[in-house]
Amino acid sequence: MRIALFCTLVRTEEKWLLEAFRRRGLEAEVIRDRSTILEVGAPDGWNRFDAVLMRSLSHWQALHAAQLLEDMGLPVINPAAVIHTCADKLLTTAALVRAGVPTPRVRVAFSPEGALQAIEEWGYPVVLKPVLGSWGRLLARVNDRDAAEALLEHKETLGGFAHGVYYIQEYIPKPGRDIRAFVVGGETIAAIYRSSEHWITNTARGGRASKCPITSELADLCARAAAAVGGGVLAIDLFEDPQRGLLVNEINHSMEFRNSVEPTGVDIPGAIVEFVIRVARDGWAAAHSHPHPREVQRWNGSA
Amino acid sequence: MPSGICPECAAHVPLREDVVLHEFLTCPECGTALEVVSLSPLTLDRAPQVEEDWGE
Repeated sequence: MRIALFCTLVRTEEKWLLEAFRRRGLEAEVIRDRSTILEVGAPDGWNRFDAVLMRSLSHWQALHAAQLLEDMGLPVINPAAVIHTCADKLLTTAALVRAGVPTPRVRVAFSPEGALQAIEEWGYPVVLKPVLGSWGRLLARVNDRDAAEALLEHKETLGGFAHGVYYIQEYIPKPGRDIRAFVVGGETIAAIYRSSEHWITNTARGGRASKCPITSELADLCARAAAAVGGGVLAIDLFEDPQRGLLVNEINHSMEFRNSVEPTGVDIPGAIVEFVIRVARDGWAAAHSHPHPREVQRWNGSA
Repeated sequence: MPSGICPECAAHVPLREDVVLHEFLTCPECGTALEVVSLSPLTLDRAPQVEEDWGE
């Protein structure tokens, strides 16, 4: 079996994944995104692989590479449809709402004036997020009208085209932490609390990781959330709302786990590699309890 | 222990025995993000800059 590890850099995560393949007798081949040339519809050279593990740091490049590789008949983990949904916070929210998965309320506007109106109608605080972006970058808790006006002007003046979609999320008062669950093939294999005095709890922003018990409520919700975005290998971020219970905030399609293996004691890279091997050997459906996201789209009539 | 030279500050950067091609690391002297661009000879270069769409 031959596996391609498609990545931007070999970080700790990719190094652990390579080691996990090696422990199973497989030498995954590192393919760097910036060195790759793909010809649409021409699988030359790529048909030597049985699967591609997509780990490009660039959401945009990952999405496009995954689509072409899938079109060549290669299983890609995660598939383009999953990347498409998860790389965009609004598409993720929409998928969760369609599936009836509890998630914070979100409003969307397409101009600064519309965004200000949407915020004012809700009241403060709210959270403004770029629909594209990760690692907690450019998240803003908006506490009053002055801050809203300043932020919206900055977004309009300094932001790129993606900032023209104004994603406004209700502010959930977190108990100093949120939950990140690692979900592989629909199964929650590990979970951490991310604790911080700051309202942003990403470990990339200094949040501390500690083990979170996997309750049946958490596992069930994560399975539904994973299915809503098409399955695969996912990191699901959840809030603990005092009234409503667990709410799914965001879903990551190319998760980092260097800070989560030690506190959970779970071999996360090993689980990912086992899943990739299962998909390569038995197909996507056999590795999941639900079909490939492309099939789901077709059933919904949206493909 | 293998080592490389930081292209930014010329420091000797110690590397692990299991260093791999395209490995990401940070120069302990100047903090520059580096990439292993060759194993033989061991060569370091500045890592690509973080883009707006980078993430997990």
